[in-house]
Amino acid sequence: MPKDGGIGAPTRRREDVRFLTGTGQYCDDMNMFGQTAAVFARSTVANGVIKSIDTTAAAAMPGVLAIFTGEDFVDVGGNPAGWLINSRDGEPMKEPKRPVLAHGKVRHVGDAYAAVIAETVEQAKDAVEAIEVDIEELPAIVNMKDALSSTNYVHDEIGTNQCFDWGWIEDNRAATDAAIKGAHHVTTLELVNNRLVPNAMEPRCSMAQYNRANDEYTLHTTSQNPHLTRLLISAFVLGIPENKLTVIAPDVGGGFGSKIYHYGEEALVLAAAKKLGRPVKWTADRTEAFLTDAHGRDHVTKIELALDEEGNFLAFRTETLANVGAYLSNFATATPTFLHGTLMAGNYTVPNVYVNVKAVFTNTAPVDAYRGAGRPEATFSLERVIDKAAREIGMDPIALRRKNFIKPDQYPFASAAGLEYDSGNYDALMDQMEKVADVAGFEARRKESEKKGKLRGFGVNAYIEACGIAPSNLVGVLGSRVGLYDAATVRVNATGNLSVMVGAHSHGQGHETAFPQVVAEMLGIDPQSIDIVHGDTSKIPFGMGTYGSRSLAVCGSAVVRATEKIINKAKKIAAHMLEASDGDIELKDGVFSVAGTDKSVTFGEVALKAYIPHEFPLEDIEPGLEETAFYDPANFTYPSGAYCCEVEVDPDTGKVTVESMTAVDDFGNVINPMIVTGQVHGGLGQGIGQALLENTTYDENGQLLSASYMDYVMPRADDVPFYGVDHSKGTACTHNPLGVKGCGEAGAIGSPPTVVNAVIDALQSGGKNVTHIDMPMTPHRVWSAMQNV
Amino acid sequence: MYAFDIERPATLAEAVAALSNEDAQALGGGQTLIPTLKQRLASPEKLISLTGVAEMKGISSSGGVLTIGGGVTHGEVASDGSYKALSDLASNIGDPAVRNRGTIGGSVANNDPSACYPAAALASGATIVTNAREIAADDFFVGMFETALDEGEIVTAVKFPIPEKANYQKFVQPASRFALVGVFVAKTADGVRVAVTGASNEGVHRWSAAEEALSKDFSAKALDGLSVSADDLIADLHGSAEYRAHLVAVMTKRAVEAAA
Amino acid sequence: MTKVTMTINGKAVSGEVEGRTLLSSFLREDLHLTGTHIGCDTSQCGACVVHVDGKAVKSCTMFAAEANGATVATIEGQANEDGSLNVIQAAFQEHHGLQCGFCTPGMVMSAAALLKDNPKPSVSEVREYLEGNICRCTGYHNIVKAIMAASGQDVSAIAAE
Repeated sequence: MPKDGGIGAPTRRREDVRFLTGTGQYCDDMNMFGQTAAVFARSTVANGVIKSIDTTAAAAMPGVLAIFTGEDFVDVGGNPAGWLINSRDGEPMKEPKRPVLAHGKVRHVGDAYAAVIAETVEQAKDAVEAIEVDIEELPAIVNMKDALSSTNYVHDEIGTNQCFDWGWIEDNRAATDAAIKGAHHVTTLELVNNRLVPNAMEPRCSMAQYNRANDEYTLHTTSQNPHLTRLLISAFVLGIPENKLTVIAPDVGGGFGSKIYHYGEEALVLAAAKKLGRPVKWTADRTEAFLTDAHGRDHVTKIELALDEEGNFLAFRTETLANVGAYLSNFATATPTFLHGTLMAGNYTVPNVYVNVKAVFTNTAPVDAYRGAGRPEATFSLERVIDKAAREIGMDPIALRRKNFIKPDQYPFASAAGLEYDSGNYDALMDQMEKVADVAGFEARRKESEKKGKLRGFGVNAYIEACGIAPSNLVGVLGSRVGLYDAATVRVNATGNLSVMVGAHSHGQGHETAFPQVVAEMLGIDPQSIDIVHGDTSKIPFGMGTYGSRSLAVCGSAVVRATEKIINKAKKIAAHMLEASDGDIELKDGVFSVAGTDKSVTFGEVALKAYIPHEFPLEDIEPGLEETAFYDPANFTYPSGAYCCEVEVDPDTGKVTVESMTAVDDFGNVINPMIVTGQVHGGLGQGIGQALLENTTYDENGQLLSASYMDYVMPRADDVPFYGVDHSKGTACTHNPLGVKGCGEAGAIGSPPTVVNAVIDALQSGGKNVTHIDMPMTPHRVWSAMQNV
Repeated sequence: MYAFDIERPATLAEAVAALSNEDAQALGGGQTLIPTLKQRLASPEKLISLTGVAEMKGISSSGGVLTIGGGVTHGEVASDGSYKALSDLASNIGDPAVRNRGTIGGSVANNDPSACYPAAALASGATIVTNAREIAADDFFVGMFETALDEGEIVTAVKFPIPEKANYQKFVQPASRFALVGVFVAKTADGVRVAVTGASNEGVHRWSAAEEALSKDFSAKALDGLSVSADDLIADLHGSAEYRAHLVAVMTKRAVEAAA
Repeated sequence: MTKVTMTINGKAVSGEVEGRTLLSSFLREDLHLTGTHIGCDTSQCGACVVHVDGKAVKSCTMFAAEANGATVATIEGQANEDGSLNVIQAAFQEHHGLQCGFCTPGMVMSAAALLKDNPKPSVSEVREYLEGNICRCTGYHNIVKAIMAASGQDVSAIAAE
């Protein structure tokens, strides 16, 4: 066993020390000799034709080194969509080009049409103001329903604002329609899954360097997946050969999806660095982050649930409009489809599911995956309509869910939405939730709240998500243009310590602590002798990065496979050293021994031998001890959970306070419970934010009204309670070596409907027959809902 | 930010002299001005920092009047405690770090329609003291971001007569943490004054109907049936004019209950 | 350009600054004390919190020239003399009060200012005090818990891992 902290230990994070002492190195903390500054000229209108851009005056200003416009990039490629969706009629989705800088038209407020490179940021800002631009403003396309019937197009060349009209599963449509038509009861709900701005606390930053001597580029950038960024830049946008481009994502201050994607600013600084022969750095301010980071969610959905007389679910049918914004971000088309439609059977044995999603271009910032990505939208629709149905048929909401849960003996379970769930036990989670949250004591607490003049409500939710993204074979069939495996190299150094190069990127997830726990457990050595290397394409074989709760399930599996290879080779070396056969060598507590004897060598001795191969059987064993594995999962993983919360509503003001929030999750096996709990906490905070606070608002002209922390309501410490988190009832994933499922997004998936359900319960208990309030349930909205019944 | 020079006079006379330059602008704690400068929405040639002016520091109490120097921070007012409702108000402005820089002089001079101090000054019947004169709060707050101050005039102190009873209720705008609606109620021997912030396009203002009712009967019940018109109230993404009108009544009741 | 002199983390430093140079810029760009972070433009996120003359301030909302003569403390000066984590830093690590680490310097500096004024705060006092520090990763649970623990109070009743 490892000396401290193998699998299952709540090991304290080693990366904390640098963050707590101010010695972390985030992108903007780095500066290079000769560095210049890039500042972007951004559209102040949502939709307009660029008539002319005159940079003459700006170019003559002090310190200005270069100015770029869209004209400079007409010959390079566009930033592509990574997932091809075909419409119900078989037509491929519309994919208008997303240029490095806007050319011809600007399509959302914040769309960059020029960039100034100057000696200092302030000089560049001065010059941006001096650019004379003539943009003819056009009416903005903001509302999705209007966009679909309009002849005013975000992209004139495609002649429509509809990206695709997708049906899932098209063959189930008729059966679903029939089930709804013939049902005893149908509950219908129209709802909005509100647009969110990810708001990683570190704004995006990109710094490029060009080395003329060997025609090599280095890009430091705030990325969740540097290899993917490199691939996109190399294969699609600038055409820089991959072997001439190094992408480094150093310490990154949160991502939540927004830093998965390649953005035009990265291409711009690379091109500028080459042109000037000097490093070029750009750092977003918060307003730029609001205007240009890929946003999340923004679905408008109608969902119907059909039930029989006993409350058995017969069918779910949904129609969704999904906003993709002005341009297709890299995973924008996967998020509302295969990360959403495939989850629309939830945790239930429902036999019929049909999902229709129309993706719509609008003059707003691009929308893509944000923590949960499609799965929160699915869960929200399902769990809200189930709650409404429970009220309508007079059934307890927990009992109704339990009645329809897939039971433990039904796995593997083929869901009506096309996935095969491998493991789970939803009743056990619900049992644990009822216990941890003291659900039985709720009515007494409600009475206490009433005494204070507050309406107390209880809300419940059960979710399932598909994580461990993703099996390449499956997603390839579904339209993915990339594989979604991951890779790791385990390098045992001669002196017995290890460097483990991983394709996942840690920007808060604690990989530097958790991955060594896995390797240490397998090798029986001290985790402190193992370092993780991540975020640098020149050091790591390959990787698809961190998102979709995939790091441990996919990259962690690659680490396991590479470590197994190390063990196999080390056993051969040990066998040679001990003059035994490979098959007789056992590894325990970091010592290789010959079974049934007292002959042994330590792991460190084997490592040294690998690099000093005197008297080595070179015909059988190569020197060195380094192994690489690529791991491609056999299936998604399926974390699930049972959540509940209690809220108080102030009937005088409509203000909602979350009094308690309990999350019981099945993450399969857990490597570091402290980190897992922290991941859930973070998701819960974001989910409460979505439910109650976060209010992305575009006006009819496409101006983002909530473009700073003066108006966009970020959850603060006094907006949230302590959370009750439990992951003791996990059922192991059956198809990856660690039996893990992934935990990064659960909190953000499970909590929003929980909070809404609780608020509705509170209002109902106060005699207000409110059946739905759209998120965020601001005091104003809750108060208004109470007035209108 | 555009480039500018910054001066830190040590005396009021130096500050006044420096501000006589028409391209100069006063800088209090900077908690509003600096974000404005960052957005390049202002372009002063010179900022005159008032944080070093000795005459504008300090809090003193005499004859039932609390005098707070224009350069006194919200944090200092919060911990003073001699006018509890005012200290409570100060302790809920912005956040702790903002309170350690932001000053009462800067706040009243800026007269943000959602700021807290103007409500306290107006309800308390405070007097705004400048380098040139004394101005009654009733005359000082002219409209949204508008005051009776002349160019270059500096708020050197605010004098608060301490009421018999007072309380401030703030319903926060959850992002900025300014007041979505804030109501300050002050009861003195002369009657009751009610000042409302956050609600109106005209900025801070008094609610005379409530004052009249409360002067007769200082109880929440006295407000029953009273409401304010939503006309001319602020409507934004955080709340409609009707909602703000409703909140004015709710916050006023709560302030009376808390003060009584 | 104006010459400024101040004491930062116990060391006398001086430099030439423009009027518009923010204290945060002076720290980050001139002194390479990059632990003080910039997360917003409107003085809300609190990633830039430092202490000036013993008080927590947002260094992005104060000009360097105004800190002339002041005593400034930043995250880089918080560890114990032997380099080990101080009580607050250690509590953040022990209770997993940070994830991506970007807001962390401001959180630690705010926590230090709070505990100096209020050595045994209640949970709600801690939450209110953090009004000006935004964290997107932790949901605040473990930050609040860490600060309570750093104040020497028993946190065993607060749910843990």
